[in-house]
Amino acid sequence: MKPVLEVKGLSKNFGGLRALNDVDLTIHQGEIVALIGPNGAGKTTFFNCITGIYVPTEGSVTLHKGEQAIVLNGKKPHEVTALGMARTFQNIRLFPDMTVLENVMVGRHCRTKAGIIGALLRDPITRAETQDSIDKSYALLESVNLHEVYHETARNLSYGAQRRLEIARAMATEPQVLLLDEPAAGMNPQETRELEGLVQQIREQNELSILLIEHDMGMVMSMSDRIYVMEYGSRIAAGTPAEIRSNPQVIKAYLGEGDYA
Amino acid sequence: MDFQYFLELFFGGLTRGSIYALIALGYTLVYGIIELINFAHGEVYMIGAFTALIVAGLLGFTGFPAAGILVVAALAAVIWCAAYGYTLEKVAYKPLRGAPRLSPLISAIGMSIFLQNYVLLSQTSDFVPFPRLLPEFDFLEYIGYIMGPSDFLILVTSTCTMVALTCFIRYTKMGKAMRATAQNRKMAMLLGIDADRIISLTFIVGSALAAIGGVLIASHMGQVNFNIGFLAGMKAFTAAVLGGIGSLPGAMLGGMVLGLCESFTTGYISGNYEDVLAFGILIVILIFRPDGILGKAKVQKV
Amino acid sequence: MQRILKSALVALWFMVLTFPLLAIKINPVSKTVSWHFDRVAMLAVGIFVLALGWDWCFSRKNRGLPVFSLPQNITARMSAIANNMALRRASLFFIVGALVAMPLTSSLYQTNIMISALLYVMLALGLNIVVGLAGQLVLGYAAFYAVGAYTYGILFQHFGLGFWACLPLGGVFAVLFGLGLGFPVLRLRGDYLAIVTLGFGEIVRLSLQNWSDLTGGPAGIANIPRPGLFGVDLSLEGSTTYIYYLVLAAVFLTVLVIGRLRNSRVGLALKALREDEIACEAMGINLMRIKLSAFALGSCWAGFAGVIFAAKTTFINPSSFTFMDSCMILSMVVLGGMGSISGVAIAAMILILAPEYLRAFSEYRMLIFGLIMVLMMIFRPQGLVSGEKLTYRISALLAKGKGGAA
Repeated sequence: MKPVLEVKGLSKNFGGLRALNDVDLTIHQGEIVALIGPNGAGKTTFFNCITGIYVPTEGSVTLHKGEQAIVLNGKKPHEVTALGMARTFQNIRLFPDMTVLENVMVGRHCRTKAGIIGALLRDPITRAETQDSIDKSYALLESVNLHEVYHETARNLSYGAQRRLEIARAMATEPQVLLLDEPAAGMNPQETRELEGLVQQIREQNELSILLIEHDMGMVMSMSDRIYVMEYGSRIAAGTPAEIRSNPQVIKAYLGEGDYA
Repeated sequence: MDFQYFLELFFGGLTRGSIYALIALGYTLVYGIIELINFAHGEVYMIGAFTALIVAGLLGFTGFPAAGILVVAALAAVIWCAAYGYTLEKVAYKPLRGAPRLSPLISAIGMSIFLQNYVLLSQTSDFVPFPRLLPEFDFLEYIGYIMGPSDFLILVTSTCTMVALTCFIRYTKMGKAMRATAQNRKMAMLLGIDADRIISLTFIVGSALAAIGGVLIASHMGQVNFNIGFLAGMKAFTAAVLGGIGSLPGAMLGGMVLGLCESFTTGYISGNYEDVLAFGILIVILIFRPDGILGKAKVQKV
Repeated sequence: MQRILKSALVALWFMVLTFPLLAIKINPVSKTVSWHFDRVAMLAVGIFVLALGWDWCFSRKNRGLPVFSLPQNITARMSAIANNMALRRASLFFIVGALVAMPLTSSLYQTNIMISALLYVMLALGLNIVVGLAGQLVLGYAAFYAVGAYTYGILFQHFGLGFWACLPLGGVFAVLFGLGLGFPVLRLRGDYLAIVTLGFGEIVRLSLQNWSDLTGGPAGIANIPRPGLFGVDLSLEGSTTYIYYLVLAAVFLTVLVIGRLRNSRVGLALKALREDEIACEAMGINLMRIKLSAFALGSCWAGFAGVIFAAKTTFINPSSFTFMDSCMILSMVVLGGMGSISGVAIAAMILILAPEYLRAFSEYRMLIFGLIMVLMMIFRPQGLVSGEKLTYRISALLAKGKGGAA
């Protein structure tokens, strides 16, 4: 399997605080990789660093696209997205006063071209592009089962539906790597299981790789191919779910010192 | 001779600066607690000047001694401004807690326009002369060429006020509650601090300071008008931002720096662009160092 | 009963609060005092009623009900009317017809007022792009208006350029100023942006006031020609009518452009910017480009309006472009509803025409503008006409619909 995303030696300092310390991570084509760790371990900071929201202090982030290797650090968030990496947010960040369909259509922005002139003239090319964007967005809503409420305002959706809408919106950018930041947070077991199915289905249909931050261990263990564990900004373990489950260091990080086995 | 001119400008700048600082404290206190630019704060200052004018005018007919009039007028201004500040918060800002960030700002601008026109309609659109109530200080005779009685009084009063405020914030129970609320409102509420009361208190204190500033400047300039609040407010806000909004020493420092800058540019270059200078500083600071001289940079949460 | 008592207390509080400023007026020259107890009494009654209403409004707001709402059957009927395409077209046709016929049937004075109102409609719609669509609170919008007006004034005075040459140039210069302002403020958060734009607006005005060689200083520039019509010399009345149609055409153009823009890819990006900047960037939208577009698009209309304004009044000076003017335009956007075209246009018309025709009202104009901004934010932040949801034609649904019918 060839790597899609390679992160090497990523570090981030906030003043004197080292939030990320020399973190390595690789995702291969089609993999689902989970990033776990206690609260405050630096997982979201890691996401923010590789998506360009924060500028990493050290290290490199490389996206492999066919034969091309694209260095992502130093790129702006919108450039990272345009290059094929999309994300969702831990504390849902939808466009609350726009409709469900419009939320997804915004995700199409970087895959469409029409500018101001096109908007004013409404030439056939622009019109076709707009229609295409609408239809593709609607199709994405069907895949996350939100098509029936496409005309609803996003803020009126239930919590679980908002999380799914975020995924659909990220998918609209046609990513190669999809980053999900705690997609199951606040969901009940039923919803979590449905979400698992949805994520699997997205991976199969779109040939993409997924990096997942999640606290729901059931979900992490059942669906990830590999797991990375972080604590205090450093990577403390990596491996398959089975390996991680029996890794003494991970157990210590989660359960603290003592004889629990 | 040159040095004398310099001193004159220096003390003129300090005088101005201490007024800006007094008003800037109001901006900074409010911003520190509810992250709102209280746009109507300049209007409170203007109302303070007008209230003092009216009370002084009334007392003037009774043959009260001038210094006594000044004290009573100032007290009245402080009381009424505190009441205005309290009411302002209750009417225009409290209902908007939790609303999108720009809503309270627009409401504040609306309130500022409203208060300006309220004074315009109930009083007058002309400049009104403010009675001369300042006592003469004999010992100032020797340095009279660099500092008049009003400069002296402004410097002394504003310094005392700022010291008093600092002590209040540092050492009293209410001051501690204010600091706690500024740091983390939710946590403060969980610890039994009534945040609504603290916010009201903040507006009351800030408005009272603005009132003192209003009385001082009115007796210094000798006239008041319904729209003096806008420019003074903007300059004080500049001072607050310059020092680092949310920081009390920052507001004082910012006020002084701005006052000195203005005084020296006017004295050595030209008075035409005095206001442009203030706005220019404001823009440059906000763009390049929005946390000001003493503020700390914050990391945006994602 | 308790409510009445509470309102009475509120009224009493306001009586004390406003007593010195409202009731006492001192004439320092003649050393006399005039008392106005009637004002305080009137205010107390007013506040009493308001306080009753205020509580009622809040109890509605807290229950999640809109503060002003019409009975269900009327709203239903109204939305039915609004959705009736034929009726919509007819009413639109009627409004357009009335606007076109207006100068032919009314006096010069009224036409002039209407021109001002239409200019403000244009300004409000332009500001609506920046504030309503893109969510960037700009408090110095009058500066761009000034740039347009002075472009015409200065270019005429120094180079003899005419109206038609200056109209596009006014737009261009306003856009350049917009970009010049937009570039440094890209990173600023909402309230800081507002203050910086305010400072910018004041700097522009103060510069116009002080740079006498170029701008004529506080006296401004006089004798700016009205626009010519193929070299025909128009009478005062003729040229007013001509300008009226010009402004009207410009307003129609503005409505058309903003309507199309709102419906487009750029429009969506602008709205996304308003809703959540970080998510917007994470969706692949270039923040810098979209913010600059918003500034450019917004300032350009102010530039056009400025040129037309200079041509209409033939005389400009800095006092027409103060912070209060910016606030007036902002209150139109706030009243009309952020992002709504019809709402903002109606609000601009009301706010300009009402003080003209209700003389008693005109004195209180700014007072009411201020009040509107506060009350709208508290009770109806979405404005009179809340942002209409756009409808999209979805091919899959259309196909299904057709399939079902067949």
